[in-house]
Amino acid sequence: MAIRDITLGQYYPRESVIHSLDARTKIIATLVYLVSLFLVKNYIGFAIGAVCLIIVVKLSKVPFKFISKGLKPVLVLIIFTMVLNAFATPGTVIWSFWKLKLTREGIERAAFMAIRLVLLIFGSSLLTLTTKPIQLTDGLEKLFTPLKLVGLPAHELAMMMTIALRFIPTLLEETDKIMKAQTARGADFESGNIKERAKGLVPLLVPLFVSAFRIAGDLAMAMEARCYSGGAGRTRMNEAKLEGRDALAFILMAVYLGIIIYSRSLVWLI
Amino acid sequence: MLIEVKNLSHIFSEGMAFETTALDDISFTASQGQFVALIGHTGSGKSTLVQHINGLLKPSSGCVLADGIDLSVKSKEVMAKRHKIGMVFQYPEYQLFEETVLRDVCFGPKNMGLGEEECIRRAKEALEIVGIDPAIKGEVSPFALSGGEKRRVAIAGVIAMEPEVLILDEPTAGLDPKGHNDILRMIKRIRQDKNLTIFFVSHNMGDVADLADKVIVMDSGHLVMDGSPMEVFSREAELKAMGLDLPPAMSFGKRLGLTALTMDELVERIAEKKLGAALAKEG
Repeated sequence: MAIRDITLGQYYPRESVIHSLDARTKIIATLVYLVSLFLVKNYIGFAIGAVCLIIVVKLSKVPFKFISKGLKPVLVLIIFTMVLNAFATPGTVIWSFWKLKLTREGIERAAFMAIRLVLLIFGSSLLTLTTKPIQLTDGLEKLFTPLKLVGLPAHELAMMMTIALRFIPTLLEETDKIMKAQTARGADFESGNIKERAKGLVPLLVPLFVSAFRIAGDLAMAMEARCYSGGAGRTRMNEAKLEGRDALAFILMAVYLGIIIYSRSLVWLI
Repeated sequence: MLIEVKNLSHIFSEGMAFETTALDDISFTASQGQFVALIGHTGSGKSTLVQHINGLLKPSSGCVLADGIDLSVKSKEVMAKRHKIGMVFQYPEYQLFEETVLRDVCFGPKNMGLGEEECIRRAKEALEIVGIDPAIKGEVSPFALSGGEKRRVAIAGVIAMEPEVLILDEPTAGLDPKGHNDILRMIKRIRQDKNLTIFFVSHNMGDVADLADKVIVMDSGHLVMDGSPMEVFSREAELKAMGLDLPPAMSFGKRLGLTALTMDELVERIAEKKLGAALAKEG
């Protein structure tokens, strides 16, 4: 079932330099990478971004095939963006059909967008693939701590995020199970027009919501039974510390960002 | 309906890092009206196997034939056959969604394209079979029922499709003793009334010994035993090695030096022995 192929938010256990970096470093690195992709103005910049990404993927020891599996669900979105860009950008017309005009600028822009989206997805999925959800939340919480002064509930936000991440696979499994059970009762999720399909989702969504509320209730009870009462006064068994390799990572990030900004001033080579 | 499983294999996420062989070259047949019990350790492939029997999963190789028709092909004929193979999943109560019990039970028949009246007739009959009075509980929300009742309503939803084959995947899991007995009584009743071919996945060896005509033992994706309950349960050492137990009556009987599968048989054996001893005393 295709539903099981979604790798969003999954952790891929491996022993690697990337895995052992502090979560804060990785979160900031991901942000830097995402920002850099939007700073890029030409293919040289993308080439630098892609090479750096490939090096990091190699270092992380996560199989390339596994990350690319995460692309599958967004493929439709990418293709849609490409087609829209290719036809909707004004410029020199190469090929036209009825009211649709394919332009040279459009194709360039579509290619640009596609590369950017693919790199975006790869870059951001690498964060969750190499960071345990708990580390990720701890990292987020620490990064948000300064904002507590302006009244931001850092701990609560971080906890909400962990729980959401933790329950993605559970809910997917639940969806798969209910879908199968209703298919066995003759439900059809795959044919019919939009209206029929939307109606056909009721037997899936109602039990799914019921399950979600049940799981949430159980979780809340289990947390309370273990005396969870929010962030105040909570301590940690493993206190995250920034180390030498994190410092190195920050330096590399700065260098990378510098190169990307410099690449903006380069002229078109291709 | 005759079910033939031929050299069935199923591999999850083929070609990926997480590739696992869930089923490896499984073959067996179940004849019309036979009660087949599937036992095996958690993760041995029982649930994956039964999902093939209903055509929900497609085999990686091999096939499942229902009256000689391959279920993995997509056609009108196959769809009609699949509707005749009812499947009750683990914890089926989580599939309930309608506003009333009666309407939920009607969902299956409606999907088969039956008319309103026929749907309601079947739903009422199915509810009666599972021991829920449609006159009292028919218009109640399914979410207002007790756990055992919810499960029976969910099973009724499958029975209302009037299947010729019924697959029950751990139908008594997580129920209290009363709920457990209610379900067993219901299964016995369905079997008597409708003469269905039944596949029954269970961890309760007592139930298996009580009900089954044929027992299939699965271990890590392989079919390791296939025979009558007596044949299978007499291979105690092999079963123990797979983490499976004997039916309680059988292990109790063993300590008395008696061979019996079910409690009723055991009682008979003990009575016989007592009678024999009494006669011997009298000389």
